[in-house]
Amino acid sequence: MAADSLSLTFAALADPTRRAILARLLDGAATVKELSAPFAISGPAVSKHLRVLERAGLISRGRDAQWRPCRLEAAPLREVAEWADGYREHWDASYERLDAYLETLQAKEEER
Amino acid sequence: MTTTISTPSDTEVVMERIVAAPRELVWEAFTSSEHLPNWMLGPEGWTMPVCELDLRPGGAWHIEWRNTEDGREMEMNGVYREVEAPERLVQTESWGGDWPETLNTMVLTQEDGRTRITTTVVYPSKEARDAAIATGMADGADRSFDLLDELLARVG
Repeated sequence: MAADSLSLTFAALADPTRRAILARLLDGAATVKELSAPFAISGPAVSKHLRVLERAGLISRGRDAQWRPCRLEAAPLREVAEWADGYREHWDASYERLDAYLETLQAKEEER
Repeated sequence: MTTTISTPSDTEVVMERIVAAPRELVWEAFTSSEHLPNWMLGPEGWTMPVCELDLRPGGAWHIEWRNTEDGREMEMNGVYREVEAPERLVQTESWGGDWPETLNTMVLTQEDGRTRITTTVVYPSKEARDAAIATGMADGADRSFDLLDELLARVG
């Protein structure tokens, strides 16, 4: 995954309102008005969040000029999840090895 | 033994883990290039061909991993800030690319012959910290990645 797109996805996911918008889009495409309803923020503020999500490739907008419904795009999420999985797996596996390694080191010390 | 995770402030993630060994030995395992390549390897298939640790305040460290099966490579860099054997190690850490550089403080505490490893990771901003948590990168094995898990489960 290109560093740039990874960074865009991270930045887009960092905001709780944007995460809530993504969660809402799991139920299907929605208009800006529908997406604004659960939030105590203005339509323009929601539109701003949508632009960030669109730039990160996390959503796409319909061509209908008036409604432009938003749809969830899963590909960047999968990529970032794969990356994050690798990182987490690295540390989990390393700590397991550390337990075993410390045990061998202590056994060696006792032999001396 | 499992790792516990907490978020005491807007920019921090704290990870705690207890290991069954005295503190001096745990310190050695983390700070010596003789020991680190033997365990900090991640999943099966990875080796650490490069491990350069200039263990002193201001000293740089550089680690490279290589996957023997598919040839993939990863690296991590940083600079030691405080080195107080065998209890406190402060260092910067960067995975390169766009992953933000973090300031990591490791404190080793003795508890009945065992050692508690407390690692505090400070991110440059709340946004970077939240992104790390949202994507599961700063998360423990015991906690699910709430949002990502749900999204991926539902979009298939």
